[in-house]
Amino acid sequence: MLEVCNLACSRGDHQLFDGLSFTLSAGELMQVEGANGSGKTTLLRTLCGFMQPLAGEIRWQGQDVRKLDEDFYAELVYLGHLNAIKDELSALENLRISAGLAGCAVSHQQAIAALRRMGLRGRETLAVKVLSQGQRRRVALARLLVSNAPLWILDEPLTALDVGAVSLMQELIGEHLSNQGMVIFTTHQALQVAGVATRQLALS
Amino acid sequence: MNKLSLPGLLLLVIKRDLLLAMRRRADVLTTLVFFVMVVSLFPLGIGPEQEILRKIAPGVVWVAALLASMLSLGRMFSADYLDGTLEQMLLVPQSLSMLVLGKIAAHWMLSGLPLVLIAPALGLQFDMSAQALWVLIAALLLGTPVLSMIGAIGAALTLGLRGGGVLVSLLVLPLCIPVLIFGAGAVEAVSSGMSVISHLSLLGAILMLSLVFTPWVTAQALRISME
Amino acid sequence: MAINWFKYSAPSTFYGLAGRLVPWFAWPAALLFCIGLYVGFFVAPSDVVQGEAYRIIFIHVPASILSMFIYLIMAGYAALGLIFNTRLSAMMATALAPTGALFALISLWTGALWGKPMWGAWWVWDARLTSELILLFLYLGFIALQASIDDPRRADRAGALLAIVGSVNVPIIYFSVKWWNTLHQGSTIKFTGTSMHIAMQQAMFTMLLACWLYVIAVSLVRVRSIILERERNNQWVTELAEVKR
Repeated sequence: MLEVCNLACSRGDHQLFDGLSFTLSAGELMQVEGANGSGKTTLLRTLCGFMQPLAGEIRWQGQDVRKLDEDFYAELVYLGHLNAIKDELSALENLRISAGLAGCAVSHQQAIAALRRMGLRGRETLAVKVLSQGQRRRVALARLLVSNAPLWILDEPLTALDVGAVSLMQELIGEHLSNQGMVIFTTHQALQVAGVATRQLALS
Repeated sequence: MNKLSLPGLLLLVIKRDLLLAMRRRADVLTTLVFFVMVVSLFPLGIGPEQEILRKIAPGVVWVAALLASMLSLGRMFSADYLDGTLEQMLLVPQSLSMLVLGKIAAHWMLSGLPLVLIAPALGLQFDMSAQALWVLIAALLLGTPVLSMIGAIGAALTLGLRGGGVLVSLLVLPLCIPVLIFGAGAVEAVSSGMSVISHLSLLGAILMLSLVFTPWVTAQALRISME
Repeated sequence: MAINWFKYSAPSTFYGLAGRLVPWFAWPAALLFCIGLYVGFFVAPSDVVQGEAYRIIFIHVPASILSMFIYLIMAGYAALGLIFNTRLSAMMATALAPTGALFALISLWTGALWGKPMWGAWWVWDARLTSELILLFLYLGFIALQASIDDPRRADRAGALLAIVGSVNVPIIYFSVKWWNTLHQGSTIKFTGTSMHIAMQQAMFTMLLACWLYVIAVSLVRVRSIILERERNNQWVTELAEVKR
């Protein structure tokens, strides 16, 4: 369970929000809403520990994440605006390396299967630089498939994705939630997961 | 899915960086060519008297190595920073220090090791004796990893800043002075018939000290810079 | 009586306190400078070996001592700021750096002025002069790093880390330069410390104290400007009399 108590964040001199509290339990889906510049990305980056909050506390399974430190990182997958993939490497190499950095060794077969599920059949060994924006995003999203971390933190996961990929994402999130996972995300597009109520968190 | 061990992570990072470097080989070669060029410029500036050249050789090779390693520092983290990989690296569940150590090791293999290997050829240009060449190799082997390690701190602190390349030299060069002194001193000592053990062991001590502290400090610097 | 030190570590409180303290350091500093320079230049006798030229030490030695000392103080404040996350200590580190660099520069300059009549050269690769030069580089690196980072929080923390790494390195650098110097049989400034005349000692200590007070005064003034700059959006700043004007 992820608990956030009285969180206040700022960017530079500018205070974005304060007194933010919420909890996210297993099987829950939460969408962070707000206009551009309202602090959605800052909130997600703060949850990942990239930024220190001005005030407040973030707890994972009842413990302060600052004390958990690296143990907390093993429990989450973060997908930012940037794809974090290398143009020079193939989709397969990218996926195996990024999964390795996230702490899990992925076999060749597992990686191939994940890429095929993301609709990249036949492109597994092509250098990423020849892929389209949407296909690159799919390579990045394939990380979700090979990870067993319960908490997904997704910043605009649907950027550059076509209709088919969006529905695939909805399916993946649905599966993750039914496995007692939890997802917190931002999006400007509609994302509906069948059978799960999306909780809204509005930042003003 | 099984969790990756610490040595496994180290190997993965080194393999990844080497693989990336192999896909864009030009970067590695430019550092090496720069090193060779700077060293070759000195006789042109100073004159071809072998007596003088033999005397300045260790200092010239070391200063050129220092400058060449500064050149390549910019690459250590900036590509990963720009494409978002560094964010993922900060979330590594084993140990960020270990990951940083892997990146430092890869950086040394790509920018330090080639210099060590080509240095004897340059030493011959300066008419260095065989014995001095061996000491030069030993000193460079002990010293260039320290340059990569101290450089990593500078590279991490200046991540994404304007004028980062010049700034990193300004931060790192003064800190590298002991390496320069002991490294060039070792070669000079052997040329003047003194024992080189004290120089090399001091270099070794600096290497050990850096090995213990710099990965952790660099990891902290990365966290500060990514905020 | 227990004093709540943390009360004074809030920038808003410290701003006023620093403002009240500045005259208490600035005026004694000015007075001691006058006394020290007068004693140094007119009362102290000429040195047997060095003649009148030695009088530069009344500026050179305090500047050298303080330039090294300020770096340690700066690193100390930086470490405090990094560990306890106190904004004021980071601001103090930033405020001290230019003064430290100034003293390092003065020390080099006066060293060169002293070197000319002593050795017949403006610059000699003496161990202490060389260390002082490297110290100046370290200061310049710290200042340049902080100047090129826009976000004050990152600037504070990055500068702090650099200052700590630098202060760990300073002894190693000093040792290595000394080693290098002895191997090359360089000349070293030798001053016959035991036979120092009492008036020389008095002038030296007066100047040291004057410089010290000057450092405190000037860094308090500087930290006040840094506080104003950083806190310009806060209400207490807009309510200050000097800001309203």
